[in-house]
Amino acid sequence: MSFSTIGGVSWVFLLSVFLFVVPAVQGQESPYIVTYDHYLEEPGSLEVEYFSTFGTQGRGNDFHAYWVEFEYGATAWWTTEFYLDGQTTFHDSTLFTGFRWENRFRPLKHEHFINPVIYVEYEQISEADKIMKEVEGHDVESDHGDPNATLRQNHNHELEFKLLLSRTFKGWNVAVNPLATKNLSPRNPWEFGYAIGASRPLALKASPNRCNFCRENFIAGVEIYGGLGDTQSFGLHDTSHYLAPAVAWNLPSGWTFRLSPGFGLNDNSHRLLLRWGVSREFSGFGEMVSLLFGRRP
Amino acid sequence: MKTTLPLLHCARPAALAMAALLTFRVSCASAQSQDSAVVKKDHHHHLHYAELANAPEKARARPNPLANDPDAIAAGKKLFEQHCAECHGSAAEGGKKAPSLQAEEVQRATPGTLFWILTNGVVRRGMPVWSKLPEPQRWQLVSFIKSLGHSSPNETAKKSP
Repeated sequence: MSFSTIGGVSWVFLLSVFLFVVPAVQGQESPYIVTYDHYLEEPGSLEVEYFSTFGTQGRGNDFHAYWVEFEYGATAWWTTEFYLDGQTTFHDSTLFTGFRWENRFRPLKHEHFINPVIYVEYEQISEADKIMKEVEGHDVESDHGDPNATLRQNHNHELEFKLLLSRTFKGWNVAVNPLATKNLSPRNPWEFGYAIGASRPLALKASPNRCNFCRENFIAGVEIYGGLGDTQSFGLHDTSHYLAPAVAWNLPSGWTFRLSPGFGLNDNSHRLLLRWGVSREFSGFGEMVSLLFGRRP
Repeated sequence: MKTTLPLLHCARPAALAMAALLTFRVSCASAQSQDSAVVKKDHHHHLHYAELANAPEKARARPNPLANDPDAIAAGKKLFEQHCAECHGSAAEGGKKAPSLQAEEVQRATPGTLFWILTNGVVRRGMPVWSKLPEPQRWQLVSFIKSLGHSSPNETAKKSP
């Protein structure tokens, strides 16, 4: 049996089935790119996402970092995600920089005044990784100034923990994410960071007609995130911080577009991080996979 | 031979009696299993709607602020198609993953109870929380669900997973 077939069915066929048969549903995605609210993926749904970050580099070459994200709702209280990261540094090279496996768990059954979600991530990335999905410890702009050939030599195996605290009230979502990261090599200290976000749809009531440009399809917000040092030197000294307005456009066809220009707040930060992303949510993906592997309908 | 003949004569009615007993036991067992299937289905049916009873009194009493909004049902229908129909069926008749919303239990529930369920989900039974939809949109969904009216219990039990 060749690699391209499984039980006589070609991967191209399976991909076509996936893209054209698995129904897409409209997400109600937040505009956040770094911050997480407490909402998990719907059970059985797969969201495929692509994100880009264009970053300016003070002493060195500007870069374009990108990642692909597969987010699957395993249950209503557990979402699992897999990331593949890469980057292009202008006048230098293009690299695959590593992968991440993220899990989010909702411990409480009902909605409360503040809703916690536990976030656990394992990442295996090189120091050339520039997606800046989170800023932690003493991450500063100069970390990205060296050529890719040098940065790619060092690989990090890290465990990252976040406590996602979030509340939605009168249409406003406010989310606060403290984080702690441990590089699994023994000499490295725990590093800390934070992300805070607030967002609101442009209209709270839905219009009766299906429309792409209805105000309720747009959600605007702002994020602020940065590092808080490590166990050896906790605080704001030698850390970087960003402020990033963000907007999401949720289309009835299941596509979501996000745009977020982020601005460095101190001399250790990149001056500009321009981020954008596109995602599509496929409902019933889990069902389709279990049918393919022989479960009776 | 003389001894075997009367035995055969005796054996025939005994075998008939045994067969009758077996038939009776099998039919009893099958009736029992049908009964237990019905009970199981009924139990399953009630489990789906059990969360409705957990809504706090204060939440149940909340009236739908959009009850008189002429657009609420149409907007709710649109939201239902976008977010709910995948699991509950395009006409809310129930699907493999989620129960019918035309069921008497749902239609008898107060608007506040349905709003509470939408807000909190039934996380352990697979329904996500929908508080990410702004409050007015959740009320629009409630308006649409209440507009469905209810189907007969048998029909609902047939359609529920």
